[in-house]
Amino acid sequence: MVGMADAAASLRVAVVGAGPAGLRATEILARHGVRPILIDEAAKPGGQIYRQPPAGAERAGTEIYGFEATKAARLHALLPALASQVDYRPNTLVWNITRDGDGFRLDLLVGEGVATVAVDRIVLATGAVDRALPFQGWLTPGVFTLGAAQIALKSQGVAIGRRVALVGAGPLLPLLTTQYLAAGLKPVAVLDVTPFATKLRALPGLLNQPATLLKGAYYVARAMAGGVLIQSGIRALCALGTDRITGLKFTTRGGKDHVIACDAIAASFGLRSETQLADLAGCRFQFNANGRQWEPVRDSAGHASVAGVYLAGDGASIGGADVAELQGERTALTLLADAGHRTDVERVQLLDRALSRQARFRAALDASYPFPAHLLPTIPDDTVVCRCEGVTAGTLRTTIALRDPADVNRLKAFTRLGMGRCQGRMCGHVGAELLADARNGDTIGAGRLRAQPPVKPLPLSAVLSADTMS
Amino acid sequence: MTAPLDCDVAIIGGGTAGCAAAVRLRQAGMRVVLIERDRCGAAASGVNFGGVRQQGRPPAELPLAIRSRALWPTLNALLGEDTEFIASGHLKLARSDADMAELEDYAILARDTGLELTLIGRNAIRAEVPWLGAKVIGASLAPTDGQANPRVVAPAYARLAKRLGVTVLEQAAVTAARRTERGFEVAAGSAIVTSRLLINAAGMGAAAIARLFGESVPLEAMMPNMVVTEPLPYIATRSVGVCGGDIYLRQIPRGNVIFGGGRGHGDWIDWRSRPSTATTVAAIPKLVDIVPAFCDALIIRSWSGIDGLTPDKMPVIGPSLTTPGLLHAFGFSGSGFQLGPVVGEILSELALTGDTPSPIAPFGIGRFTLSAN
Repeated sequence: MVGMADAAASLRVAVVGAGPAGLRATEILARHGVRPILIDEAAKPGGQIYRQPPAGAERAGTEIYGFEATKAARLHALLPALASQVDYRPNTLVWNITRDGDGFRLDLLVGEGVATVAVDRIVLATGAVDRALPFQGWLTPGVFTLGAAQIALKSQGVAIGRRVALVGAGPLLPLLTTQYLAAGLKPVAVLDVTPFATKLRALPGLLNQPATLLKGAYYVARAMAGGVLIQSGIRALCALGTDRITGLKFTTRGGKDHVIACDAIAASFGLRSETQLADLAGCRFQFNANGRQWEPVRDSAGHASVAGVYLAGDGASIGGADVAELQGERTALTLLADAGHRTDVERVQLLDRALSRQARFRAALDASYPFPAHLLPTIPDDTVVCRCEGVTAGTLRTTIALRDPADVNRLKAFTRLGMGRCQGRMCGHVGAELLADARNGDTIGAGRLRAQPPVKPLPLSAVLSADTMS
Repeated sequence: MTAPLDCDVAIIGGGTAGCAAAVRLRQAGMRVVLIERDRCGAAASGVNFGGVRQQGRPPAELPLAIRSRALWPTLNALLGEDTEFIASGHLKLARSDADMAELEDYAILARDTGLELTLIGRNAIRAEVPWLGAKVIGASLAPTDGQANPRVVAPAYARLAKRLGVTVLEQAAVTAARRTERGFEVAAGSAIVTSRLLINAAGMGAAAIARLFGESVPLEAMMPNMVVTEPLPYIATRSVGVCGGDIYLRQIPRGNVIFGGGRGHGDWIDWRSRPSTATTVAAIPKLVDIVPAFCDALIIRSWSGIDGLTPDKMPVIGPSLTTPGLLHAFGFSGSGFQLGPVVGEILSELALTGDTPSPIAPFGIGRFTLSAN
């Protein structure tokens, strides 16, 4: 057993991301004697879903997280309990991963400086971002993503406007609606671009997870009772106003145009996994037709295609916070077993059963919130798709027609799509969708933007600073 | 397996040189098949620094570079696309007295070949190029040099070739090539191409092609380390290199600064290349030494690519010494972008007439294959 403890102590593991998946993985590793390095961009653990308010803006958990307050509290308590068993690095960005012999080198941006850590194995729990989709007027000040609106609410306890329209597809829409209502804020409209019939068809699958389904129903019922305008099957969107949002025009399922007055719009269309680090680590990707995105290949135990790389949570495939926690634990147990540690076989079996139940539910959820491909042709030619480089939908469509780019990387090379600050994290998928839209919906052929370091902008001054840490 | 594609000239390699040769040969009435392993312009031609530079080349390359420079302003009209070529001028900087002496010597050599350079000494450099840092003590200016967008050029040539009637086979890696009685037979992807003449312009892959014909060139994979910043105020109006070559940079009018220096890493067998953090980190202080105003910039992207490096850093251009009808053009050693258009001309001339007005004797493959025996 002495040998085992030594092996654990000498095993160098980095966990990237302190959301539900990363925190659970960290906990399991620490409890088995490994002292993982937990690297997270945020100042406090929790990820996006269990984001904590900054110091001075603390509020009751139930007010911030609603039904999920208990889970949030449990996760937030993890790191303080583990204390020195974890090398926790908040406010730290992993901007590159390089394979280095049998291990990995992680390049970090830490506050004002850079640093490097060498590890034997990595758990990537990088989470997800909103899937944004351009629509006419979407760059008018006052348009946010649903995730941004949620961050404003969780972090600062503020709404994005006085009269807010919530628009989109995916489970975040009813969730944010309820969180608004719970905070005493009443949105002027909740517009779901998914037809109601689509959701109804997915109902049998959703019954695999009745508690979650009930929560969803509760959210919607509560919003309706609150007198909020609720519509589904929206065909087209147009934000009105020049300097500020003054309204939202939308086309109903029946083809009629409506205008509502509002001063802010939150809109996004599902979630997209943050996969750049998996890409840089050399992981193989495959297209997930249900989630409509390219994902690093992950086996049910948590292995990526590259030995020593493990994946958990929404960063690998969208599954939500509960799945992320289960996967975080499962993946850490896999890593430990791979490294020669004894792990609890029964616990692994229990986790696998829970995860397979969740997978059935998730497939149904994906089916109930399909990507709203019907909105793609409604994006006007003069609407900017890539904000950093000012590339319009028209430029993309013309380039696709005239220059016949083989895939979205070539579309990028020809148009500058995704060549700015965000490196295509926000617009790359839209470029691929427009390419697919022009080619009989061939989303696989459109491909995905290859990741290039740095994952997020790296200040020269960080490299130049003399007090570079090690 | 479909019937063989027969043509007059088969070209292996859809980089700038191969695509430009395809265009010229097709314009001369040849039936041409262009074979590309990946996508045209996907390798060194498409991801390089974008320097359209004569200054600093070995004297033997200057006649070709000067001839190519004359072609660059005509490319937009030829290709029907904007290559973003601008004659920004190229400054080669001295950071020591020894550097300055090197620049002075080179200016004399270059003048003999027809390239006029302007030397800027210690006293003039601050006034003439105020955005340079204090460590720069002088420079040599090539006013006619410039820069262009490498992502655009080779694909635009390839599209023009297609419009003219060249058969372009992309994602068609060559698996076999041999001399036949009437010419050549090349297996590429699922196609068999037969031709009278064969051009080997396959970049880093060219050594393997040459070997199929009994010619062994010691080509080393060269992976540059390229970095770009977010847009900054446009001040570095000239493209910049240094004596020693450890850093080079250019700023495009929209503001982004592109810089390189040192090597990336990767595995050329899989055609995978990556920038290296250590190289990027080492280049940053050098960049800021040259243009201090860039010190607060953000890096938004870095990349690499794969080119073939020869022992003398000069390309192989010219006929095979073992196989009649086979022409080589490869091993551009990291400085082939500017030469692409003229190499297309030269290959076309050699294929059509067996001769070229450009002095290509220094680039013969025999300098490697003969000395190796």
